[in-house]
Amino acid sequence: MNKIGDGSPTQGKNQEKLLPRLKEAQSKFGYLPKELMAELAESLCLSISDVYGVATFYSFLSTKPQGRNVIRICQSIPCFLKDSQTIISSVEKEIGIKPGETTPDGRFSFELTNCIGACDEAPAMMLNGEVHVNLTPGKISQILKACK
Amino acid sequence: MPEKRIVLRNCGVIDPKRIATFLDRDGFKALKKALAEMTPEQIIEEIKVSGLRGRGGAGFPCGLKWELARKAHGDEKYVICNADEGEVGTFKDRYILERDPFTLVEAMAIAGYAIGVKTGYIYLRAEYHHLLNLLRNAISQARDKDFLGHFEIDIREGAGAYICGEESALMDSIEGKRGEVRFRPPFPPSKGLWGKPTIINNVETLMNIPQIILNGADWFNQIGTERSKGTKVFSVSGDVKKPGVYELVLGSRLRELVEGLALAEKVKMVQVGGATGRILPYEMIDTPLAFESILGAGAVIVFDETRDVIDVVYRTMEFLAEECCGKCAPGREGTEVMVEILGRFSRGEGADSDIRVLEDLSKAMMLSSLCGLGQAAPNPVIDSLQYFRGAYESRIRENQGGVVA
Repeated sequence: MNKIGDGSPTQGKNQEKLLPRLKEAQSKFGYLPKELMAELAESLCLSISDVYGVATFYSFLSTKPQGRNVIRICQSIPCFLKDSQTIISSVEKEIGIKPGETTPDGRFSFELTNCIGACDEAPAMMLNGEVHVNLTPGKISQILKACK
Repeated sequence: MPEKRIVLRNCGVIDPKRIATFLDRDGFKALKKALAEMTPEQIIEEIKVSGLRGRGGAGFPCGLKWELARKAHGDEKYVICNADEGEVGTFKDRYILERDPFTLVEAMAIAGYAIGVKTGYIYLRAEYHHLLNLLRNAISQARDKDFLGHFEIDIREGAGAYICGEESALMDSIEGKRGEVRFRPPFPPSKGLWGKPTIINNVETLMNIPQIILNGADWFNQIGTERSKGTKVFSVSGDVKKPGVYELVLGSRLRELVEGLALAEKVKMVQVGGATGRILPYEMIDTPLAFESILGAGAVIVFDETRDVIDVVYRTMEFLAEECCGKCAPGREGTEVMVEILGRFSRGEGADSDIRVLEDLSKAMMLSSLCGLGQAAPNPVIDSLQYFRGAYESRIRENQGGVVA
Protein backbone atom coordinates (compact mmCIF):
# COMPACT_ATOMS: atom_id res chain seq x y z
CA MET A 1 0.00 0.00 0.00
CA ASN A 2 2.95 2.30 0.51
CA LYS A 3 4.31 2.55 -2.99
CA ILE A 4 1.46 4.30 -4.59
CA GLY A 5 2.89 7.58 -5.90
CA ASP A 6 6.02 7.94 -7.99
CA GLY A 7 6.22 11.65 -7.31
CA SER A 8 5.93 12.99 -10.85
CA PRO A 9 5.86 16.77 -10.87
CA THR A 10 2.61 18.02 -12.27
CA GLN A 11 -0.78 17.89 -10.60
CA GLY A 12 -2.42 16.84 -13.88
CA LYS A 13 -0.20 13.83 -14.32
CA ASN A 14 -0.79 12.85 -10.71
CA GLN A 15 -4.52 13.26 -10.99
CA GLU A 16 -4.42 11.04 -14.06
CA LYS A 17 -3.11 8.18 -11.93
CA LEU A 18 -5.85 8.48 -9.36
CA LEU A 19 -8.62 6.53 -11.07
CA PRO A 20 -6.40 3.58 -12.10
CA ARG A 21 -4.96 3.46 -8.56
CA LEU A 22 -8.40 3.46 -7.01
CA LYS A 23 -9.49 0.67 -9.35
CA GLU A 24 -6.38 -1.30 -8.49
CA ALA A 25 -7.05 -0.92 -4.77
CA GLN A 26 -10.72 -1.77 -5.27
CA SER A 27 -9.87 -5.08 -6.87
CA LYS A 28 -7.14 -5.83 -4.34
CA PHE A 29 -9.02 -5.01 -1.13
CA GLY A 30 -12.61 -5.23 -2.30
CA TYR A 31 -13.22 -1.62 -1.26
CA LEU A 32 -11.43 1.66 -0.61
CA PRO A 33 -10.53 2.03 3.07
CA LYS A 34 -10.26 5.58 4.45
CA GLU A 35 -6.57 5.17 5.28
CA LEU A 36 -5.83 4.10 1.74
CA MET A 37 -7.58 7.13 0.30
CA ALA A 38 -5.65 9.41 2.67
CA GLU A 39 -2.34 7.82 1.68
CA LEU A 40 -3.21 8.03 -1.96
CA ALA A 41 -4.05 11.72 -1.60
CA GLU A 42 -0.73 12.41 0.06
CA SER A 43 1.37 10.47 -2.41
CA LEU A 44 -0.32 12.06 -5.41
CA CYS A 45 -0.32 15.56 -3.87
CA LEU A 46 -4.10 15.71 -4.05
CA SER A 47 -6.56 16.69 -1.38
CA ILE A 48 -8.46 13.96 0.42
CA SER A 49 -11.68 15.41 -0.92
CA ASP A 50 -10.36 15.05 -4.49
CA VAL A 51 -9.77 11.37 -3.85
CA TYR A 52 -13.04 10.85 -1.98
CA GLY A 53 -14.90 12.72 -4.71
CA VAL A 54 -13.63 10.36 -7.38
CA ALA A 55 -14.06 7.28 -5.18
CA THR A 56 -17.73 8.04 -4.63
CA PHE A 57 -18.54 9.10 -8.19
CA TYR A 58 -18.08 5.79 -9.97
CA SER A 59 -20.41 2.90 -9.31
CA PHE A 60 -17.69 0.25 -9.57
CA LEU A 61 -15.77 1.82 -6.71
CA SER A 62 -16.93 1.32 -3.14
CA THR A 63 -15.98 3.04 0.09
CA LYS A 64 -17.69 0.32 2.13
CA PRO A 65 -16.41 -3.24 2.43
CA GLN A 66 -17.91 -5.51 -0.22
CA GLY A 67 -18.40 -9.24 -0.34
CA ARG A 68 -15.90 -11.56 -2.01
CA ASN A 69 -18.33 -11.89 -4.89
CA VAL A 70 -20.15 -8.88 -6.26
CA ILE A 71 -23.40 -9.57 -8.09
CA ARG A 72 -24.67 -6.79 -10.33
CA ILE A 73 -28.02 -7.48 -11.97
CA CYS A 74 -28.90 -5.22 -14.86
CA GLN A 75 -32.00 -3.17 -14.04
CA SER A 76 -32.29 -1.34 -17.35
CA ILE A 77 -35.30 -1.59 -19.62
CA PRO A 78 -34.19 -4.31 -22.07
CA CYS A 79 -33.51 -6.65 -19.16
CA PHE A 80 -36.67 -5.49 -17.38
CA LEU A 81 -38.66 -6.53 -20.46
CA LYS A 82 -37.10 -9.98 -20.15
CA ASP A 83 -38.24 -10.27 -16.56
CA SER A 84 -35.15 -9.22 -14.63
CA GLN A 85 -37.51 -8.87 -11.63
CA THR A 86 -37.67 -12.66 -11.39
CA ILE A 87 -33.89 -12.88 -11.50
CA ILE A 88 -33.61 -10.26 -8.76
CA SER A 89 -36.07 -12.20 -6.60
CA SER A 90 -34.26 -15.46 -7.16
CA VAL A 91 -30.95 -13.91 -6.11
CA GLU A 92 -32.69 -12.53 -3.02
CA LYS A 93 -33.98 -16.01 -2.22
CA GLU A 94 -30.67 -17.75 -2.87
CA ILE A 95 -28.51 -15.53 -0.68
CA GLY A 96 -31.05 -13.92 1.63
CA ILE A 97 -30.19 -10.25 1.07
CA LYS A 98 -31.66 -7.37 -0.88
CA PRO A 99 -29.96 -5.15 -3.46
CA GLY A 100 -27.49 -2.81 -1.76
CA GLU A 101 -26.62 -5.32 0.95
CA THR A 102 -23.74 -7.69 1.74
CA THR A 103 -24.17 -11.11 3.31
CA PRO A 104 -22.97 -11.26 6.95
CA ASP A 105 -20.39 -13.93 6.01
CA GLY A 106 -18.91 -11.56 3.42
CA ARG A 107 -19.51 -14.02 0.60
CA PHE A 108 -21.78 -11.85 -1.55
CA SER A 109 -22.60 -8.23 -2.24
CA PHE A 110 -25.74 -7.68 -4.26
CA GLU A 111 -26.26 -4.62 -6.40
CA LEU A 112 -28.42 -3.47 -9.26
CA THR A 113 -26.62 -1.83 -12.14
CA ASN A 114 -27.51 0.05 -15.30
CA CYS A 115 -27.30 -1.27 -18.84
CA ILE A 116 -24.27 -3.53 -19.27
CA GLY A 117 -24.68 -3.86 -23.02
CA ALA A 118 -25.92 -7.44 -23.13
CA CYS A 119 -29.49 -6.55 -24.09
CA ASP A 120 -29.60 -9.08 -26.93
CA GLU A 121 -29.16 -11.83 -24.35
CA ALA A 122 -31.24 -10.36 -21.53
CA PRO A 123 -31.67 -10.78 -18.64
CA ALA A 124 -28.02 -10.33 -17.82
CA MET A 125 -25.74 -9.67 -14.88
CA MET A 126 -22.12 -9.12 -14.01
CA LEU A 127 -20.50 -11.32 -11.42
CA ASN A 128 -17.06 -10.11 -10.38
CA GLY A 129 -16.63 -8.38 -13.68
CA GLU A 130 -17.78 -11.30 -15.77
CA VAL A 131 -20.96 -11.08 -17.79
CA HIS A 132 -23.61 -13.81 -17.53
CA VAL A 133 -26.52 -13.79 -19.93
CA ASN A 134 -29.89 -15.41 -20.64
CA LEU A 135 -30.39 -15.85 -16.91
CA THR A 136 -33.02 -18.08 -15.39
CA PRO A 137 -33.63 -18.82 -11.70
CA GLY A 138 -32.06 -22.24 -12.27
CA LYS A 139 -28.97 -20.72 -13.81
CA ILE A 140 -28.70 -18.19 -10.97
CA SER A 141 -28.75 -20.98 -8.43
CA GLN A 142 -26.00 -22.84 -10.27
CA ILE A 143 -23.80 -19.80 -10.77
CA LEU A 144 -24.08 -18.64 -7.16
CA LYS A 145 -23.39 -22.10 -5.77
CA ALA A 146 -20.08 -22.12 -7.62
CA CYS A 147 -18.97 -18.92 -5.83
CA LYS A 148 -16.66 -19.35 -2.88
CA MET B 1 -33.30 -0.16 -48.28
CA PRO B 2 -31.19 -3.20 -47.66
CA GLU B 3 -28.78 -4.42 -45.09
CA LYS B 4 -25.22 -3.55 -46.02
CA ARG B 5 -22.03 -4.41 -44.22
CA ILE B 6 -19.43 -1.66 -44.16
CA VAL B 7 -18.79 -1.38 -40.45
CA LEU B 8 -19.47 -5.05 -39.78
CA ARG B 9 -17.73 -6.36 -42.89
CA ASN B 10 -15.16 -8.34 -40.93
CA CYS B 11 -17.38 -9.32 -38.01
CA GLY B 12 -17.74 -13.07 -37.91
CA VAL B 13 -15.32 -13.36 -40.83
CA ILE B 14 -11.93 -12.74 -39.27
CA ASP B 15 -10.40 -14.16 -36.10
CA PRO B 16 -10.28 -11.15 -33.76
CA LYS B 17 -7.20 -12.62 -32.09
CA ARG B 18 -5.12 -13.07 -35.24
CA ILE B 19 -3.96 -10.17 -37.35
CA ALA B 20 -3.18 -12.45 -40.29
CA THR B 21 -6.87 -13.08 -40.86
CA PHE B 22 -7.43 -9.33 -40.86
CA LEU B 23 -4.62 -8.72 -43.35
CA ASP B 24 -6.28 -11.26 -45.67
CA ARG B 25 -9.30 -8.95 -45.73
CA ASP B 26 -7.36 -5.88 -46.90
CA GLY B 27 -6.45 -5.06 -43.31
CA PHE B 28 -4.15 -2.03 -42.93
CA LYS B 29 -4.29 -1.37 -46.67
CA ALA B 30 -6.10 1.90 -46.02
CA LEU B 31 -3.45 2.96 -43.54
CA LYS B 32 -0.69 2.09 -46.02
CA LYS B 33 -2.48 4.04 -48.73
CA ALA B 34 -2.99 7.01 -46.42
CA LEU B 35 0.63 7.12 -45.34
CA ALA B 36 2.11 6.53 -48.80
CA GLU B 37 -0.20 8.35 -51.16
CA MET B 38 -2.12 10.97 -49.23
CA THR B 39 -1.32 14.12 -47.29
CA PRO B 40 -3.15 14.66 -44.00
CA GLU B 41 -5.17 17.41 -45.69
CA GLN B 42 -6.22 15.04 -48.46
CA ILE B 43 -7.43 12.48 -45.94
CA ILE B 44 -9.45 15.07 -44.09
CA GLU B 45 -10.90 16.32 -47.36
CA GLU B 46 -11.86 12.75 -48.29
CA ILE B 47 -13.65 12.26 -44.97
CA LYS B 48 -15.39 15.61 -45.37
CA VAL B 49 -16.60 14.83 -48.87
CA SER B 50 -17.76 11.37 -47.77
CA GLY B 51 -20.33 13.02 -45.52
CA LEU B 52 -19.51 10.72 -42.58
CA ARG B 53 -21.20 11.93 -39.42
CA GLY B 54 -20.60 10.87 -35.82
CA ARG B 55 -22.32 7.61 -34.86
CA GLY B 56 -22.42 8.22 -31.12
CA GLY B 57 -25.70 10.10 -31.33
CA ALA B 58 -24.89 13.74 -32.03
CA GLY B 59 -24.09 13.30 -35.73
CA PHE B 60 -21.39 15.95 -35.97
CA PRO B 61 -19.56 15.87 -39.34
CA CYS B 62 -16.45 13.76 -38.76
CA GLY B 63 -14.22 15.45 -41.36
CA LEU B 64 -14.96 18.88 -39.96
CA LYS B 65 -14.07 17.73 -36.45
CA TRP B 66 -10.77 16.37 -37.72
CA GLU B 67 -10.05 19.57 -39.64
CA LEU B 68 -10.67 21.74 -36.58
CA ALA B 69 -8.28 19.63 -34.54
CA ARG B 70 -5.66 19.57 -37.31
CA LYS B 71 -5.75 23.36 -37.62
CA ALA B 72 -5.78 23.99 -33.87
CA HIS B 73 -2.51 25.23 -32.42
CA GLY B 74 -0.78 22.95 -30.00
CA ASP B 75 2.32 20.82 -29.72
CA GLU B 76 0.36 17.95 -28.26
CA LYS B 77 -3.00 16.72 -29.54
CA TYR B 78 -5.04 13.63 -28.83
CA VAL B 79 -7.37 11.19 -30.55
CA ILE B 80 -9.86 9.42 -28.34
CA CYS B 81 -12.06 6.52 -29.29
CA ASN B 82 -15.23 6.59 -27.24
CA ALA B 83 -15.90 2.97 -26.30
CA ASP B 84 -18.02 3.92 -23.30
CA GLU B 85 -21.18 2.56 -24.80
CA GLY B 86 -23.56 3.12 -21.91
CA GLU B 87 -26.76 4.16 -23.62
CA VAL B 88 -29.57 1.85 -22.53
CA GLY B 89 -30.18 -0.82 -25.15
CA THR B 90 -26.93 -0.24 -27.05
CA PHE B 91 -24.46 -3.05 -27.53
CA LYS B 92 -23.24 -2.60 -31.10
CA ASP B 93 -19.80 -1.32 -30.09
CA ARG B 94 -19.32 -4.34 -27.86
CA TYR B 95 -20.32 -6.55 -30.78
CA ILE B 96 -17.86 -4.74 -33.08
CA LEU B 97 -14.94 -4.76 -30.63
CA GLU B 98 -15.48 -8.44 -29.87
CA ARG B 99 -15.28 -9.36 -33.54
CA ASP B 100 -13.03 -6.83 -35.26
CA PRO B 101 -10.71 -4.84 -33.00
CA PHE B 102 -8.16 -4.43 -35.81
CA THR B 103 -10.21 -2.09 -37.99
CA LEU B 104 -10.54 0.25 -35.03
CA VAL B 105 -6.78 0.23 -34.49
CA GLU B 106 -6.23 0.95 -38.19
CA ALA B 107 -8.78 3.77 -38.16
CA MET B 108 -7.21 5.40 -35.12
CA ALA B 109 -3.79 5.22 -36.77
CA ILE B 110 -5.22 6.96 -39.83
CA ALA B 111 -6.80 9.61 -37.62
CA GLY B 112 -3.50 10.09 -35.83
CA TYR B 113 -1.67 10.73 -39.11
CA ALA B 114 -4.40 12.99 -40.50
CA ILE B 115 -4.66 15.19 -37.45
CA GLY B 116 -1.00 15.14 -36.51
CA VAL B 117 -1.31 13.25 -33.26
CA LYS B 118 1.09 10.83 -31.63
CA THR B 119 -1.13 9.48 -28.88
CA GLY B 120 -4.55 7.92 -29.01
CA TYR B 121 -6.72 6.58 -26.23
CA ILE B 122 -9.50 4.06 -26.25
CA TYR B 123 -11.83 4.83 -23.35
CA LEU B 124 -13.39 1.48 -22.53
CA ARG B 125 -16.31 1.25 -20.15
CA ALA B 126 -15.77 -0.86 -17.03
CA GLU B 127 -18.63 -3.12 -18.06
CA TYR B 128 -16.54 -4.13 -21.10
CA HIS B 129 -13.47 -5.03 -19.09
CA HIS B 130 -13.65 -8.49 -20.65
CA LEU B 131 -12.62 -6.90 -23.97
CA LEU B 132 -9.45 -5.35 -22.58
CA ASN B 133 -7.09 -8.17 -23.45
CA LEU B 134 -8.54 -8.61 -26.91
CA LEU B 135 -7.98 -4.92 -27.63
CA ARG B 136 -4.49 -4.93 -26.13
CA ASN B 137 -3.66 -7.95 -28.23
CA ALA B 138 -4.88 -6.24 -31.41
CA ILE B 139 -2.80 -3.15 -30.65
CA SER B 140 0.34 -5.15 -29.89
CA GLN B 141 -0.01 -7.30 -33.02
CA ALA B 142 -0.39 -4.15 -35.11
CA ARG B 143 2.68 -2.70 -33.42
CA ASP B 144 4.67 -5.88 -34.06
CA LYS B 145 3.80 -5.61 -37.74
CA ASP B 146 5.10 -2.01 -37.75
CA PHE B 147 1.75 -0.40 -38.45
CA LEU B 148 1.96 1.87 -35.44
CA GLY B 149 5.34 3.49 -35.96
CA HIS B 150 3.84 6.95 -35.96
CA PHE B 151 1.19 6.46 -33.33
CA GLU B 152 0.68 4.96 -29.87
CA ILE B 153 -2.66 3.68 -28.63
CA ASP B 154 -3.37 3.36 -24.94
CA ILE B 155 -6.50 1.99 -23.31
CA ARG B 156 -8.14 3.79 -20.39
CA GLU B 157 -10.88 2.08 -18.46
CA GLY B 158 -13.93 3.68 -16.93
CA ALA B 159 -15.30 2.70 -13.53
CA GLY B 160 -19.04 2.59 -14.01
CA ALA B 161 -20.61 5.88 -15.05
CA TYR B 162 -23.04 6.40 -17.92
CA ILE B 163 -22.22 10.08 -18.16
CA CYS B 164 -18.62 9.30 -19.11
CA GLY B 165 -19.87 8.52 -22.61
CA GLU B 166 -20.51 12.26 -22.89
CA GLU B 167 -17.31 13.57 -24.44
CA SER B 168 -16.35 16.21 -21.92
CA ALA B 169 -17.09 13.96 -18.95
CA LEU B 170 -15.09 11.25 -20.70
CA MET B 171 -12.05 13.51 -20.87
CA ASP B 172 -12.37 14.41 -17.20
CA SER B 173 -12.48 10.70 -16.43
CA ILE B 174 -9.28 10.04 -18.41
CA GLU B 175 -7.75 12.90 -16.45
CA GLY B 176 -8.58 10.92 -13.32
CA LYS B 177 -11.38 13.15 -12.11
CA ARG B 178 -15.07 12.75 -11.42
CA GLY B 179 -16.76 12.38 -14.80
CA GLU B 180 -18.51 15.73 -14.76
CA VAL B 181 -19.36 17.56 -17.95
CA ARG B 182 -17.60 20.76 -18.93
CA PHE B 183 -18.91 24.10 -20.05
CA ARG B 184 -18.50 24.58 -23.81
CA PRO B 185 -17.05 26.41 -25.63
CA PRO B 186 -14.19 25.75 -25.80
CA PHE B 187 -14.93 22.56 -27.71
CA PRO B 188 -12.56 19.59 -27.62
CA PRO B 189 -10.96 20.18 -31.06
CA SER B 190 -9.52 23.41 -29.67
CA LYS B 191 -9.28 22.56 -25.95
CA GLY B 192 -9.87 18.98 -24.93
CA LEU B 193 -7.88 16.45 -22.94
CA TRP B 194 -5.53 18.33 -20.57
CA GLY B 195 -6.53 21.46 -22.43
CA LYS B 196 -5.00 20.21 -25.71
CA PRO B 197 -6.78 19.89 -29.05
CA THR B 198 -8.62 16.56 -29.03
CA ILE B 199 -11.00 14.65 -31.22
CA ILE B 200 -13.35 12.11 -29.76
CA ASN B 201 -14.98 9.64 -32.12
CA ASN B 202 -17.36 6.79 -31.44
CA VAL B 203 -16.16 3.25 -32.21
CA GLU B 204 -18.59 2.93 -35.10
CA THR B 205 -17.62 6.28 -36.67
CA LEU B 206 -13.99 5.22 -36.78
CA MET B 207 -14.86 1.80 -38.21
CA ASN B 208 -16.00 3.56 -41.39
CA ILE B 209 -12.70 5.36 -42.01
CA PRO B 210 -10.58 2.60 -43.64
CA GLN B 211 -13.30 1.75 -46.15
CA ILE B 212 -13.73 5.41 -47.08
CA ILE B 213 -9.98 5.75 -47.66
CA LEU B 214 -9.85 2.57 -49.75
CA ASN B 215 -13.01 3.04 -51.80
CA GLY B 216 -13.13 6.82 -51.94
CA ALA B 217 -15.50 9.46 -50.64
CA ASP B 218 -17.74 9.25 -53.72
CA TRP B 219 -18.42 5.58 -53.10
CA PHE B 220 -19.50 6.31 -49.50
CA ASN B 221 -21.37 9.42 -50.49
CA GLN B 222 -23.73 7.47 -52.73
CA ILE B 223 -24.97 5.32 -49.87
CA GLY B 224 -27.77 6.65 -47.68
CA THR B 225 -29.84 9.82 -47.79
CA GLU B 226 -29.00 13.43 -48.55
CA ARG B 227 -27.80 14.28 -45.08
CA SER B 228 -27.10 10.79 -43.73
CA LYS B 229 -24.40 8.96 -45.63
CA GLY B 230 -23.37 5.37 -45.22
CA THR B 231 -24.87 2.76 -42.94
CA LYS B 232 -25.84 2.58 -39.30
CA VAL B 233 -25.40 -0.28 -36.91
CA PHE B 234 -28.46 -0.84 -34.73
CA SER B 235 -28.82 -2.74 -31.46
CA VAL B 236 -32.29 -4.25 -31.28
CA SER B 237 -33.69 -5.59 -28.02
CA GLY B 238 -36.94 -5.96 -26.12
CA ASP B 239 -40.05 -7.68 -27.45
CA VAL B 240 -38.59 -9.16 -30.61
CA LYS B 241 -37.92 -12.72 -31.73
CA LYS B 242 -34.45 -11.96 -33.04
CA PRO B 243 -32.66 -9.39 -30.89
CA GLY B 244 -29.19 -8.46 -32.08
CA VAL B 245 -27.02 -6.19 -34.15
CA TYR B 246 -28.05 -5.15 -37.65
CA GLU B 247 -26.34 -2.82 -40.11
CA LEU B 248 -28.65 -0.98 -42.50
CA VAL B 249 -28.23 1.69 -45.11
CA LEU B 250 -29.18 5.03 -43.56
CA GLY B 251 -32.70 6.03 -44.49
CA SER B 252 -34.05 2.49 -44.07
CA ARG B 253 -37.41 2.39 -42.38
CA LEU B 254 -37.86 1.45 -38.76
CA ARG B 255 -40.37 -1.20 -39.85
CA GLU B 256 -37.73 -2.98 -41.90
CA LEU B 257 -35.51 -3.30 -38.85
CA VAL B 258 -38.11 -4.04 -36.21
CA GLU B 259 -40.55 -6.26 -38.07
CA GLY B 260 -38.48 -7.34 -41.06
CA LEU B 261 -35.23 -8.31 -39.37
CA ALA B 262 -35.89 -8.59 -35.65
CA LEU B 263 -39.32 -10.19 -36.25
CA ALA B 264 -41.35 -8.16 -33.77
CA GLU B 265 -45.11 -8.65 -33.57
CA LYS B 266 -47.95 -6.60 -32.07
CA VAL B 267 -45.68 -3.63 -31.51
CA LYS B 268 -47.05 -0.85 -29.32
CA MET B 269 -44.08 1.49 -29.46
CA VAL B 270 -40.35 1.67 -30.12
CA GLN B 271 -37.75 3.63 -28.18
CA VAL B 272 -35.04 4.72 -30.61
CA GLY B 273 -31.82 6.09 -29.17
CA GLY B 274 -32.07 4.67 -25.66
CA ALA B 275 -32.93 6.56 -22.50
CA THR B 276 -32.44 9.96 -24.06
CA GLY B 277 -33.94 8.87 -27.38
CA ARG B 278 -37.42 9.19 -28.82
CA ILE B 279 -40.48 7.05 -28.24
CA LEU B 280 -42.44 6.33 -31.40
CA PRO B 281 -45.91 4.77 -31.45
CA TYR B 282 -46.55 1.93 -33.87
CA GLU B 283 -48.28 4.33 -36.27
CA MET B 284 -44.86 5.85 -36.96
CA ILE B 285 -43.13 2.56 -37.73
CA ASP B 286 -42.40 3.72 -41.28
CA THR B 287 -40.18 6.57 -40.09
CA PRO B 288 -36.83 6.47 -41.89
CA LEU B 289 -33.80 5.91 -39.71
CA ALA B 290 -31.55 8.87 -40.48
CA PHE B 291 -30.11 11.99 -38.90
CA GLU B 292 -32.91 13.99 -40.55
CA SER B 293 -35.55 12.06 -38.63
CA ILE B 294 -34.49 9.79 -35.80
CA LEU B 295 -31.32 7.90 -35.02
CA GLY B 296 -29.37 8.43 -31.81
CA ALA B 297 -26.63 5.88 -31.24
CA GLY B 298 -28.81 3.18 -32.76
CA ALA B 299 -30.47 1.62 -29.71
CA VAL B 300 -33.84 0.23 -30.71
CA ILE B 301 -35.96 -1.13 -27.88
CA VAL B 302 -39.25 -2.66 -28.93
CA PHE B 303 -42.34 -2.82 -26.70
CA ASP B 304 -45.35 -4.96 -27.48
CA GLU B 305 -48.98 -4.25 -26.71
CA THR B 306 -48.77 -5.63 -23.18
CA ARG B 307 -46.35 -2.90 -22.06
CA ASP B 308 -47.21 0.18 -20.04
CA VAL B 309 -45.78 3.43 -21.34
CA ILE B 310 -45.72 5.15 -17.92
CA ASP B 311 -43.69 2.25 -16.55
CA VAL B 312 -41.16 2.67 -19.33
CA VAL B 313 -40.85 6.44 -18.97
CA TYR B 314 -40.65 6.23 -15.18
CA ARG B 315 -37.85 3.65 -15.28
CA THR B 316 -36.04 5.63 -17.94
CA MET B 317 -36.16 8.77 -15.83
CA GLU B 318 -34.98 6.91 -12.72
CA PHE B 319 -31.98 5.81 -14.74
CA LEU B 320 -31.24 9.34 -15.96
CA ALA B 321 -31.57 10.83 -12.50
CA GLU B 322 -29.16 8.25 -11.13
CA GLU B 323 -26.60 8.72 -13.88
CA CYS B 324 -26.76 12.52 -14.10
CA CYS B 325 -23.38 13.95 -13.05
CA GLY B 326 -24.98 16.63 -10.86
CA LYS B 327 -23.03 19.58 -12.15
CA CYS B 328 -25.92 21.67 -13.49
CA ALA B 329 -29.21 22.28 -11.71
CA PRO B 330 -31.53 21.55 -14.66
CA GLY B 331 -29.98 18.10 -15.09
CA ARG B 332 -29.63 17.29 -11.41
CA GLU B 333 -32.90 18.68 -10.04
CA GLY B 334 -34.94 18.36 -13.22
CA THR B 335 -34.49 14.63 -13.51
CA GLU B 336 -35.26 14.17 -9.80
CA VAL B 337 -38.47 16.17 -10.01
CA MET B 338 -39.52 14.20 -13.06
CA VAL B 339 -38.91 10.93 -11.23
CA GLU B 340 -41.10 12.17 -8.39
CA ILE B 341 -43.94 13.18 -10.70
CA LEU B 342 -43.73 10.09 -12.89
CA GLY B 343 -43.74 8.01 -9.73
CA ARG B 344 -47.08 9.58 -8.81
CA PHE B 345 -48.50 8.67 -12.20
CA SER B 346 -47.22 5.13 -11.95
CA ARG B 347 -49.13 4.79 -8.65
CA GLY B 348 -52.27 6.32 -10.12
CA GLU B 349 -51.83 9.47 -8.04
CA GLY B 350 -51.15 11.99 -10.80
CA ALA B 351 -52.80 15.39 -11.10
CA ASP B 352 -53.70 17.66 -14.01
CA SER B 353 -51.15 20.17 -12.77
CA ASP B 354 -48.45 17.48 -12.89
CA ILE B 355 -48.80 17.25 -16.64
CA ARG B 356 -48.31 21.01 -16.95
CA VAL B 357 -45.25 20.87 -14.71
CA LEU B 358 -43.79 18.05 -16.80
CA GLU B 359 -44.26 20.11 -19.94
CA ASP B 360 -42.79 23.31 -18.50
CA LEU B 361 -39.91 21.49 -16.88
CA SER B 362 -39.15 19.68 -20.13
CA LYS B 363 -38.75 22.99 -21.91
CA ALA B 364 -36.56 24.43 -19.16
CA MET B 365 -34.29 21.39 -19.12
CA MET B 366 -33.91 21.32 -22.89
CA LEU B 367 -32.95 24.98 -22.95
CA SER B 368 -30.70 25.22 -19.95
CA SER B 369 -28.96 21.88 -19.25
CA LEU B 370 -25.22 21.78 -19.61
CA CYS B 371 -24.99 18.59 -21.66
CA GLY B 372 -26.91 16.17 -23.82
CA LEU B 373 -28.14 14.14 -20.86
CA GLY B 374 -30.13 16.98 -19.32
CA GLN B 375 -31.15 18.43 -22.67
CA ALA B 376 -32.49 15.11 -23.93
CA ALA B 377 -33.77 13.67 -20.65
CA PRO B 378 -37.27 15.10 -21.27
CA ASN B 379 -37.55 13.30 -24.64
CA PRO B 380 -39.37 10.22 -23.34
CA VAL B 381 -41.72 12.45 -21.33
CA ILE B 382 -42.48 14.75 -24.24
CA ASP B 383 -43.03 11.89 -26.67
CA SER B 384 -45.19 9.85 -24.34
CA LEU B 385 -47.28 12.93 -23.52
CA GLN B 386 -47.73 13.52 -27.22
CA TYR B 387 -48.53 9.99 -28.34
CA PHE B 388 -49.86 8.31 -25.20
CA ARG B 389 -51.46 11.17 -23.30
CA GLY B 390 -54.37 8.93 -22.39
CA ALA B 391 -52.03 6.78 -20.31
CA TYR B 392 -51.24 9.82 -18.16
CA GLU B 393 -54.84 10.99 -17.93
CA SER B 394 -56.04 7.60 -16.77
CA ARG B 395 -53.53 7.81 -13.90
CA ILE B 396 -54.83 11.10 -12.60
CA ARG B 397 -56.33 10.60 -9.17
CA GLU B 398 -59.72 12.09 -10.05
CA ASN B 399 -59.95 9.86 -13.10
CA GLN B 400 -59.50 6.66 -11.15
CA GLY B 401 -62.42 4.33 -10.58
CA GLY B 402 -64.09 4.87 -13.93
CA VAL B 403 -64.98 8.53 -13.36
CA VAL B 404 -63.69 10.49 -16.31
CA ALA B 405 -63.08 14.14 -15.59
